[in-house]
Amino acid sequence: MTGAPVRTQGPDIQSGTIKDRSRAGRRAYSFPAPDVPGVSVPEEFARRDRPALPEVAERDIVAHYTRLAQMNYGVDTGVYPLGSCSMKYNPKVAETVAGLPGFQRAHPQQPDHTVQGALELLWRLERAMCEITGMARATLQPPAGACGELTGLLLMRAHHTKQGSARARIAIPDSSHGTNPASVRLAGYEALHIPSDARGLVDVSALEKLVDEDVAGLMLTNPNTLGLFEEDIEKITNVVHNVGGLVYYDGANLNAILGRCRPGDMGFDIVHINTHKTFATPHGGGGPGAGPVGVTEELVRYLPVPSVERDEATGEFRLADRPDSIGRMHGFHGNFGVLVRAYAYVFLHGSDGLQEVGERAVLNANYLAELVKEAFPLAYSGRPMHEFVATARPLRERTGVRAMDVAKRVIDLGFHPSTVYFPLVVEESMMVEPTETETMETLDGLAAAMLQAAEEAKTDPEILHRAPVTTPVRRLDEARAARHLKLRWS
Amino acid sequence: MRFAPHTDDDVREMLARIGLDGLDELFEQIPPSVRLDRPLDLPEGVSEMEILADMRGLAAANRSADDLVCFAGAGAYDHYVPSVVWALAGRSEFYTSYTPYQPELSQGVLQALFEYQSMICELTGLEVSNASLYDGATALAEAVNLARSAPGRDRVLVSEAVDPRYVETLWTYGRGAGYEPEVFPVRDGRGGDPQVEGDVAAVIVQHPNRYGILEPARELFGTAHAGGARAIQVFDPLSLGVLVPPGALRADVAVAEGQVLGNHLNFGGPYLGVIATRLDDVRRMPGRIVGETVDVDGKIGYVLTLQAREQHIRREKATSNICTNQTLMAIAATVYLSWLGPGGLAELGRRCVAKAAYTAERLTEIPGVEPLFPGAPSFKEFALRLPRPADEVRDELIERGFLAGVPLPDANGHALLVAVTERRTKAEIDALAGAMREALA
Repeated sequence: MTGAPVRTQGPDIQSGTIKDRSRAGRRAYSFPAPDVPGVSVPEEFARRDRPALPEVAERDIVAHYTRLAQMNYGVDTGVYPLGSCSMKYNPKVAETVAGLPGFQRAHPQQPDHTVQGALELLWRLERAMCEITGMARATLQPPAGACGELTGLLLMRAHHTKQGSARARIAIPDSSHGTNPASVRLAGYEALHIPSDARGLVDVSALEKLVDEDVAGLMLTNPNTLGLFEEDIEKITNVVHNVGGLVYYDGANLNAILGRCRPGDMGFDIVHINTHKTFATPHGGGGPGAGPVGVTEELVRYLPVPSVERDEATGEFRLADRPDSIGRMHGFHGNFGVLVRAYAYVFLHGSDGLQEVGERAVLNANYLAELVKEAFPLAYSGRPMHEFVATARPLRERTGVRAMDVAKRVIDLGFHPSTVYFPLVVEESMMVEPTETETMETLDGLAAAMLQAAEEAKTDPEILHRAPVTTPVRRLDEARAARHLKLRWS
Repeated sequence: MRFAPHTDDDVREMLARIGLDGLDELFEQIPPSVRLDRPLDLPEGVSEMEILADMRGLAAANRSADDLVCFAGAGAYDHYVPSVVWALAGRSEFYTSYTPYQPELSQGVLQALFEYQSMICELTGLEVSNASLYDGATALAEAVNLARSAPGRDRVLVSEAVDPRYVETLWTYGRGAGYEPEVFPVRDGRGGDPQVEGDVAAVIVQHPNRYGILEPARELFGTAHAGGARAIQVFDPLSLGVLVPPGALRADVAVAEGQVLGNHLNFGGPYLGVIATRLDDVRRMPGRIVGETVDVDGKIGYVLTLQAREQHIRREKATSNICTNQTLMAIAATVYLSWLGPGGLAELGRRCVAKAAYTAERLTEIPGVEPLFPGAPSFKEFALRLPRPADEVRDELIERGFLAGVPLPDANGHALLVAVTERRTKAEIDALAGAMREALA
């Protein structure tokens, strides 16, 4: 058994941190010969000690971080079916263009006339984002989805303040991503939890009872966090609009509906997009992302500044202010380098290609769900879209094997497992999102691994409890990590 | 250009397995009234060659720091990025991975972040670092939220010499969190006298500050502590080879723009939000933190820890909403700091000090050009008073091949902020002085 393709072996001399390789006097840096006179920092400001950074040669650095990279699984390594994360293939050409010196070496404080290309790119991308989501204008400034959420909620706050109505609460479904309630609090609101019904959809009658004129708005993902399309979406947005509230679209699952339908046409007022999901910008092991936010015409005045505008007469692009703006969500213009990659993705695909992306993502998810449903039934009966939420509850009841055990066994069988234990509203949940870039053969292989794990749970559950055994480390003691904090080398 | 690998046969076979006749059937649950009945109004897809041509054209329409000799700073700096940094951070096992939810398959990212946290602690002289935030400005907003968790302390005092973009960011985040940053004035570009009353949560000082000037940070932080407030320092990571670190200055929270640590200018992002605190505040820290532990065999390994602070567990009670952060930039910073080591960090700092001093000397030899704050000690950046509006002078120098600095609103728009990194050569500095002399003649 070889397990998921990550490096496990190496001589002991290579283990440990970069600091363990440190030898006094060894170095990697080089500078040109000094060409101006030395000047010393005034005594009172001068550092006396030397920070204990590693002293290593460049060869050590390369060996060390190559080893770490080889111990890590990425999309390039294989299928990465984390539900809610849209871990699709990241096109290489996007890396090429992001590295063009005209983008990579542009300083954010250059005057507009020297960065016309960067501004035009942002201007075109904003318009594409608006067309894809059905919005009037957008800001590309938020550097991640959660920051997009906060931006959207601050826009709601600005809108209600302008209307002269202070509102205290934001409605969110019980299945929502944790960033939603956290953003709600950061925006100065209280979360009002909306239950799901037996179908796994927003309980519209409960929503009608719960929302009133103290509700500033509703945050919703559609398809929702269970991978199901909110069929009553027009009713839902109407209920909120009828009390003067706004409706926010969390774009985590936009991949499913590309070119098929648009949040703006469903009645959403504010939309965020995760470019690192829908538009395949690499997630970098945790970031960077980008979280553009689009809005309806009436909210444009509140969008963050600076905005990018085009002078119709001259065709020149410039950064502009908006007097009613909520302000600034990022130090500069957001994660520009990520937006460059998103631009490449959007315009490579075009209108026809983007629709195909959504279709194939939904096809792959439904196909995989079909293959594994005997062992891992869907948590809800509706047709899943780009991802499905299955449950290992029957397996646990019969064998004592849990969703996490299945995930770890799938690793030993050569694959990155799905998200487990999210969403919280489903017991023993397994949230699977294969994305559109995996072949049928890969899905067959992943399904076979999941089914084999389910079979072994009945015949030899110990294999699953013990898994993984093929990885650089085996199951880690998370409780110990939190109890005996070691957050830096000593 | 498309990346979905399905052949027509694949699609038919997969649909048959699902029990459907066509792809449209997969979308039947979408009510007809909200379906888009037309193609998206975007161009048709193009080939890789065509997208490259389009984007090369856009890139060529910029005049970047490769075309102009860069003396611009004000929060983003043209430091040298050694080849090894992105040769390693650019490995696809790092850049195409997700947040490390399955630690057994993510030891590379987790250990690199543990090393990053360790190096940030070594640099700052503080006890805890997280695994990154978005950028310097948003890191400051997070630091303020941390400080305002102290009961009865809501107010936030910010030095006038803190980067105005950071203060604007505080204004924005403060609308939700329920505060308005209160700016206290400085004298001669530094210092000031914050009135730290019992309801003040934080006093914020940038050192080196927005004018590049070294602040009497120890005294300001002493004032903060005397009033029971937390002292927050905005610092420059590359100054810490030569300047006393935040921990020794008795800052409680230190935040920085980590772009300078091996990250490219990128027209403002992706950058790196650095935050470090004292151990007492670890449970109030925003964002991901990596901890060392052992596996079932007793082997050392790394996990995301203290997750009970975070949004996916604590939801509305989380210390922050941050989920996606800037991990890849933190990995780049880790490689870069390994490349520098303690010797390189100190040498780089000395180069910046010397080159900035030399540049200031050369530029102030020009008739009519004076230091905005004469005699102020600086690190790598300084402000000049020009005889003409600074944006005009900057634009004329662009035509001569120099990005001479960033105009400031001070001195009726006659002030120019000039940054000099280790990259600038004496020849470039002399040429800038010559060009400015001609432009102002």
